[in-house]
Amino acid sequence: MWKRLKPNRKNLRIYQVLIVVLLLAFWYLGTNPNLPAIYFDDSNKAPFFFGEPQKVLSRLWDWFYGGEIYAHLWVTLVETMLAFAIGTVAGLAIGLWLGLAPAWADVFDPFIKGANAMPRVILAPIFMVWFGLGVGSKVALGFTLVFFIVFFNVYQGVREVSPVVLANARMLGANNRQLLRSVYLPSAMSWVFASLHNAVGLAFVGAVVGEYLGSASGVGYLIHQAEGVFDINTVFAGIILLTIFAIVLDWIVGMIEKRLMVWQPRAGETERM
Amino acid sequence: MSALKLNDITCTFLSRDDPSARYTAVRNASIAVEEGEFVSVVGPTGCGKSTLLNVAAGLLQPSSGECLVFGEPLAGINTRAGYLFQSESLMPWRRTLDNVIAGLQFRGVPKEEAVPRGEEWLARVGLAGFGHRYPHQLSGGQRKRVALAQCLILDPKIILMDEPFSALDVQTRQLMENELLELWAADRKSVLFITHDLEEAIALSDRVIVLSAGPETHPIGEFPIDLPRPRDVSEVRLTPRFLELHEKIWHAMKEEVLKGYKQQLKA
Repeated sequence: MWKRLKPNRKNLRIYQVLIVVLLLAFWYLGTNPNLPAIYFDDSNKAPFFFGEPQKVLSRLWDWFYGGEIYAHLWVTLVETMLAFAIGTVAGLAIGLWLGLAPAWADVFDPFIKGANAMPRVILAPIFMVWFGLGVGSKVALGFTLVFFIVFFNVYQGVREVSPVVLANARMLGANNRQLLRSVYLPSAMSWVFASLHNAVGLAFVGAVVGEYLGSASGVGYLIHQAEGVFDINTVFAGIILLTIFAIVLDWIVGMIEKRLMVWQPRAGETERM
Repeated sequence: MSALKLNDITCTFLSRDDPSARYTAVRNASIAVEEGEFVSVVGPTGCGKSTLLNVAAGLLQPSSGECLVFGEPLAGINTRAGYLFQSESLMPWRRTLDNVIAGLQFRGVPKEEAVPRGEEWLARVGLAGFGHRYPHQLSGGQRKRVALAQCLILDPKIILMDEPFSALDVQTRQLMENELLELWAADRKSVLFITHDLEEAIALSDRVIVLSAGPETHPIGEFPIDLPRPRDVSEVRLTPRFLELHEKIWHAMKEEVLKGYKQQLKA
């Protein structure tokens, strides 16, 4: 009996669905105002603090069915993608440069370490002053988060290029530009891809936190507005929406990585005929 | 005129952390390789064999002395030489065929022209049809063949080899050695072959140079190998002349090997 119940590949999904159902059931039973209160003295208090799952779901349904959400999602998406793209390109360029010019890397070392150690979220108010309440300030915040992740990985990647592969390419006649294109960049790319999952998540954090702190549109703005009027159901709906959105973004990065990094051996991979 | 001439080479390395700490790997070493000649350099481990080869390749500037390539002093990378490395040298992100034609592409040969030549060379090293694989999908011996094709496709006049087969198992190694001799016999390039394996050196070469133990390595003996060609490396090892030569050279090497071994124990 226990053998069949033990989690394995086949009943994996069943367990996962079961966990979601249990969580929703617990949430529903704990917050239903018509049922006796569990912790609070008044059964209306639990739904006030924790929302009600059926209302959260109907909120999500209204958003998508009524079409109100698309404009906000689009704004958040644009902010995330811009921060991600600009941060990645800048991190790649500067990482390559400092990786290849160790003397300059030594010069900039304390500044980079300092900038990275600084809690960058506190820059959000300054960015708002500089770039306004629109897309610009969110992209700037996301950029500061993404840039350092990509930068450090590229920097490391360039410095860890195999010296033998490098010497071999030089013996085969590669000039400096060809070395950059054929050896340094591809070698750094494997490190970059390792960092992109983190980077896209942080770009998203930058966008949402920026919206939350001050904006006129975006999912973070919706959450902030709802919080202002103690509409917990909408706050939860926004959180669930953001979670799904982040998972989708991560999945897209994973797909791109899979396509571009075919040359990397995977653990336990057998020779493909 | 020699194809490759190392004249009175000295290489002193400075420690990066402590500039007063010096290590002279090679001192006053002179080696010449004639056109079409297969020369092996043997020496105890850690004696600076690779240092000499890197000087010949132009990857390393000697502290003093000069390197002549067909009579011209070498400045920068030795473009007339191909280099076979001891460890993995293929670009892991390029497919086998793209690795083989890398040198042609660096030299600006258009892809339409490079690809058929690359396929021809893959076939010549026994890897026809493996062009679409990545290096990690090949065995160690196959990767060495790809490296060989990658080097020879550029038709270098000089081939520098740094213990290229030392990581292979004995059987694969002898097969590769025979194939190397066959490829070499086809157009008689000049070869400078570095190894710590005396048997390999004798079986392959026209001449064997013995180095002293490091530091301050320098050649201590030169032995012409008069075994008839073509040779089969696994059979030639059993001939009386081979054993005679082996004994003679080993006699010269033995002391240095012991010296090198003791130094390693100390370090």
